[in-house]
Amino acid sequence: MRISPEIGRWGSAVALALALTLAPQAQAKKKDKAQSASTEVPYASTYKPYPGRPTALVGATVFDGRGQRIDNGTVLFAQGKVVAIGGGDLAIPEGYDRIDATGKFVTPGVVDAHSHLGDYASPGVDANSDGNEATSPTTPDVWAEHSVWPQDPGFSRALVNGGVTSLLILPGSANLMGGRSVLLKNVPAITVQQMKFPGAPYSLKMACGENPKRVYGSRGMKPSTRMGNFAVNRQTWIDAKAYMEGDHSERDLGNETLEGVLKGEILVQNHCYRAEEMALVLDMAKEAGYKVTAFHHAVEAYKIADMLREADVCAAVWADWYGFKMEAYDGIPENAALIAKQGACVVIHSDDPNGIQRLNQAAAKAQAAGRRMGIDIPDAEVVSWFTYNAAKTAGVADKTGSLEEGKMADVVLWNGNPLSVYTRPEKVWIDGAMLYDADNPKMHPVSDFELGQPGEGDVK
Amino acid sequence: MKRILSLATALAALAAPLAVSAQDLAITNATLAKGDGSAPVEGATVLVQGGKVVAAGVGIAVPAGLETVDGTGKWVTPGLFAAFTDLGLWDVQAVSDSNDTEADDSPFNASLDVVPALNPANEHIAVSREGGVTRASVTPAPGKSIFAGQGALIDLGHDAKIVDAPRAFQLVVLGESGARLAGGSRVAASVVLHNALREAKALASASAGADRASDAMLTHADAAALVPVVKGEQPLYVKAERASDIRAVLALKSEFPALKLVLVGATEGWLVAREIAAAGVPVITMPLRDLPEQFEALGSTQSNTGRMVQAGVKVAIGMFSGDNQPRWATEQAGNLVALTRIPGATGLTWAQAFAAITSIPAEISGVGGKEGILAPGAVGDVVLWDGDPLELSSAPVSVWIDGVKQPFDSHQARLRERYKDLDRTYLPKAYSW
Repeated sequence: MRISPEIGRWGSAVALALALTLAPQAQAKKKDKAQSASTEVPYASTYKPYPGRPTALVGATVFDGRGQRIDNGTVLFAQGKVVAIGGGDLAIPEGYDRIDATGKFVTPGVVDAHSHLGDYASPGVDANSDGNEATSPTTPDVWAEHSVWPQDPGFSRALVNGGVTSLLILPGSANLMGGRSVLLKNVPAITVQQMKFPGAPYSLKMACGENPKRVYGSRGMKPSTRMGNFAVNRQTWIDAKAYMEGDHSERDLGNETLEGVLKGEILVQNHCYRAEEMALVLDMAKEAGYKVTAFHHAVEAYKIADMLREADVCAAVWADWYGFKMEAYDGIPENAALIAKQGACVVIHSDDPNGIQRLNQAAAKAQAAGRRMGIDIPDAEVVSWFTYNAAKTAGVADKTGSLEEGKMADVVLWNGNPLSVYTRPEKVWIDGAMLYDADNPKMHPVSDFELGQPGEGDVK
Repeated sequence: MKRILSLATALAALAAPLAVSAQDLAITNATLAKGDGSAPVEGATVLVQGGKVVAAGVGIAVPAGLETVDGTGKWVTPGLFAAFTDLGLWDVQAVSDSNDTEADDSPFNASLDVVPALNPANEHIAVSREGGVTRASVTPAPGKSIFAGQGALIDLGHDAKIVDAPRAFQLVVLGESGARLAGGSRVAASVVLHNALREAKALASASAGADRASDAMLTHADAAALVPVVKGEQPLYVKAERASDIRAVLALKSEFPALKLVLVGATEGWLVAREIAAAGVPVITMPLRDLPEQFEALGSTQSNTGRMVQAGVKVAIGMFSGDNQPRWATEQAGNLVALTRIPGATGLTWAQAFAAITSIPAEISGVGGKEGILAPGAVGDVVLWDGDPLELSSAPVSVWIDGVKQPFDSHQARLRERYKDLDRTYLPKAYSW
């Protein structure tokens, strides 16, 4: 999470990530010798796909999420899974609902690799500000899922306007190690467990740069500098390694997370703007023995795109945000295209309850900026920036993010090319269940919070 | 020697004041959107002479000898008018030394005037200009009073002149943030506002040199700054979101009939659209707000703009401050067009949407017919686009302000050029510039 003090000065209240005035609090350290860290799955997903009907989308332009485009394509799904995709000659089996998608487009469900929905919910009042445990520079013990408010109206906007079917909820960036993320299916739910993406790995959120050093430096604490950031990180990794090699006689929630990272079971999502800091983080990962999955808000990734390609690290970026803080001063709209040109992995992310409604549009802007400097990236590849590559970042590219046989039937039918400003989702399916239909007012989700309020059930 | 000479020439060129004069030109065979709410037409010509638009339309003869730009396959429009921005007031938002948007510790409020802070060489201005924005209104943000101070109208030309009109409006903030600034409640904000306007009214009618009431709360400077507001000579921009807050704003006219009100925000405007229209009060809004981000915005929907327009309210897209970039005006307008294809939603036609980022904000700013429009006599602000300006794939290829062609050499543009490859075989990147 960027912690800019002026995010949407006149509009959004989401900048509350900055309002870090919580009282210091001892890091949780529970002793429970009876339990072992590695054998249980606490807070397990109870998500179950909703019922769907075997469906054939016929005559659409299909972007499969992995760079393939099929004109006059057919997409078949049933029992929650993609059955087949193909051209007009693909036979439609008996019993399928046939939807004429002529002139329309089909993509995999959109995946946001960087969201704080539920943790920084609307309304953005202090009481709903649950995204930064800003009481210690390293809090690998906290889990974002324990802050998620499923009634955040932002989930529904992401679904109906953005076609978002999965989203990675990350702790904020006040801390060097902010805690564990949680990947959610974007289904209305009463409990977070009912949204948890089954089988998704955890990620550890880390943050470089200005935020941690400002938050703690302003309290006269370490870190107050970038070198302090690294010192605290390195010592924490050294301690985690000692814990890992120990007898685990005492449970330690933070070190359990870090051990998971060192064992490669937990991914690392690293908020990091500047080129030289990303390079240093890559060396820190080598030193400590872990892998960075993605740099988020990587506004200077274009300066080191070759290095990111070699390290096999995705760059999760906005299209053209810049200037809101010092480390964002060199942001340029051509960032994504320049990363793609070097053959590195591009993800378009939101970090924003408004931006998540238009990831497709952000990708289109980034594509156009590239085209103007002679970097031509086909639409089908650009679609992967907010589908397959984002799913890869979240560690679930084998399950969602593309329209391939056997994968989750997370599907968006758009009323035009998703890279056009004039296009919106028309229908959205999650695991084959239709959860949004623009043509049916009763198929617009309304959270508990909005019942009986002005505009309940309105098209938002 | 030659090399030294050329270097000297180059340095002299760099040091010379940027006194580029307006060029006369014709743009031909382009798709023309005038900004006035009319539908775009193909095969059109725009003539600019002496820094002003002379003609714009189809079948216009190009005077012999005029420099002609072929607009085939392109769109030509007026420069965008970005309403209610903080352009020229910050270099990096979060670097407070570089940020002049608000004055938390100033003893003054309504008398604050953005003009001395405006920096025409500002990077945010350069980037916005490359995005097709040529004119803007600039507002201060509130410090510790509900009165933020006085905004200005600017042009974004690459030259030393920036102010088109100083002290173009006063901003007062109501609703939740106004309540906080006034001491903790809307009740307090209402008293502060009414008291300030009454003190200004008293000052306006007092004879010169007369003492003010001994219990006056406002500094003389702040009271004096509000005199043109109560006289109706300077518009009063009022930020309010909730329907009931908007009604309270409209009711101000009963005590202060001369007020020229402009609503800013109006997230729940659609709930009181007919009342706003009846009061003849225009609105500047963020059109894509659709989250109940505060309790004062529970009714927020992207259909807000379309519904207000349908009720007869004049609505401009604006509020490009913080990290809501002015160059995003086009995509925000485009999204309102997208709504026209969603059952149950209310959007704008293409022409209405484009007017909401050109002529309408200019009209609300008091420069209707002069800015944000391609019409005879208007300023020579012309943008040539590589496609439909509201589409995500489009961008300006050329921008003229007052007939002067603008450079595309912002910090961002230079970074792009430097890093178009990553080759460091012979020299570090520091030498490619």
